Amino acid sequence: MTRLAAVLGWRLAQALVVAMAVGTMSFFLMRSLPGDMAYRIAASRYGLDMVTGAAAAAVRAELHLDRPAVEALALWWSNLLRLDLGVSAVTGRPVWSEIAEQLGHTARLAAAALTLSVILGIPTGFLAGLRPRSWLDRCSLALAVVFRATPPFLVGLFLIIGLSLRSGLAPAAGPDDAAGLALPALTLALGLAASSSRVARDAMARTAAAPFLEFARTKGLTDRAAVVRHALRNAATPVVAYLGVQLAFLLEGVVVVETLFAWPGIGHALVHALFGRDIPMVQGTVLVLGLGLVLLSTAVDIVCLVLDPRPRA
Amino acid sequence: MKTPLGARHESIEDLSSSVAAKYAGFGILGVIAAIAVLGPTLAGESPYTQHLDRVLLPPGPGGLLGTDYLGRSNLARLAYAIRLSSGLAVVSVLSAAVPGTLLGLVAAWRGGWLDRVIALVADATLALPGLLFILLLLGFAPGTIWPFYVGLALALWVEYFRLVRASSAVLLASQQVEASHLLGFGLPYIIRRHLLPELMPMVLTVSTFGVVTAVLTMATAGYIGFGLRPPTAELGLMMSEAFPYWVEAPWLLAAPVLTLVLVVTALTLVAARRHE
Repeated sequence: MTRLAAVLGWRLAQALVVAMAVGTMSFFLMRSLPGDMAYRIAASRYGLDMVTGAAAAAVRAELHLDRPAVEALALWWSNLLRLDLGVSAVTGRPVWSEIAEQLGHTARLAAAALTLSVILGIPTGFLAGLRPRSWLDRCSLALAVVFRATPPFLVGLFLIIGLSLRSGLAPAAGPDDAAGLALPALTLALGLAASSSRVARDAMARTAAAPFLEFARTKGLTDRAAVVRHALRNAATPVVAYLGVQLAFLLEGVVVVETLFAWPGIGHALVHALFGRDIPMVQGTVLVLGLGLVLLSTAVDIVCLVLDPRPRA
Repeated sequence: MKTPLGARHESIEDLSSSVAAKYAGFGILGVIAAIAVLGPTLAGESPYTQHLDRVLLPPGPGGLLGTDYLGRSNLARLAYAIRLSSGLAVVSVLSAAVPGTLLGLVAAWRGGWLDRVIALVADATLALPGLLFILLLLGFAPGTIWPFYVGLALALWVEYFRLVRASSAVLLASQQVEASHLLGFGLPYIIRRHLLPELMPMVLTVSTFGVVTAVLTMATAGYIGFGLRPPTAELGLMMSEAFPYWVEAPWLLAAPVLTLVLVVTALTLVAARRHE
């Protein structure tokens, strides 16, 4: 139990540092924008011809733009600690309700991509690891090298050209149906599977050469039983641990792929908030993405603890 | 099911670790560097000069790699894009490697609360992938290059810190370092003679992957549209500008795409560690 507590405590501290860093950066971002912030925000909220001194004054009071920097920063932090992300400077709606809408789309995309990458990558890797230097091993290595050298936006570009423009198999944009999910999820999954298949392959090859597996076969188990009963669980730990490493790739990929395929998720919202200089939305989306990464990493830590309960050296 | 379970575990990724692959990597990098150095001279014009009477020309005697939709020399633009990317990569990797390595040494040497604090900051940094850092910084100065330098350096230093921290802790506890210490040698000598020779190869490998990250990140940002702005010659921007013409002028799209993929592959081949 103590190891679990240590993991949770460390991750909690990590989450706090992330929140403080993002909050502080957003605060200075807000202050650094050119022109009178209150008028800018009022203009983007109510339209250019509706800006009055009163509207700007209301915005100024609402966002504490009239306070000195130190006091405003303290207020900003206290809002953050109370999980109050404020109001979008563009739409005027609370940032949380905006994000709540987008989070579902992002989660759907990320889940589909991860599932697809596990289906594509892990069995291939395990099979290749059971037979090192076979044709399957060499083919999957070549594919992994190619897809690791091709960033997600290029994979997406090729998929759009090949599957959407050339053959019309799948739509290039739009979250409306399952077909719309195909290309963005595949784009992310190919990059993820390229790495995870090699990790799975190395883990399985190492396990396959281990003495305990030799013993399992010597005591009379069939190859299949030896692999299913003994090899899989041992080979799973590095694969699951690597999933934690891949989460960062997934997160960056989500931002890129959502923008590329006009997928209405958090990454897309982040890029648009940046274009519109909507700082509360920028802060909210970056925070949710960063804290989501911490949360998922914690889940991976816990799964690793369950899979391999031995105390670490 | 016939499975050679007893098969000896062969070296991992033997393809990429072979010496031939390493030379191939250096060869590709040489060709790319030659394009960057000689390109503008061969093209004979600036990457911004437009010739609206000769747009989308195929590669040939007229323009070595053809012309884009504004009649600009594709070769000159490619050369400047490579220079821009490699410049960014070298500067951001250096400004991540030096502080990262130093912090790793300090943490391993002093230990205690200092070690814990730096490790916590490093872990928190990992929760914000480089792209998010860069996006936040781009908010301060859209369309400029310094958010890339700063964001990449902020995201990349963690790897050096972790690597150097872990390896130095082992080395500092070793007998040869203890012997040096007892003989009266100071920290600078121990770092120079005992730590750096062991650390440098690892730091170099990480740096190579750092260059890959930097080049890919800038191209990604350029392509998506939140990076540098036209008319800058940048790999990602070149791709997004060439994409609408992929039927009429596939070479226009192919030049930056091939360059990017080849650079990344070559760097991966060069960096691949030999697994004994």
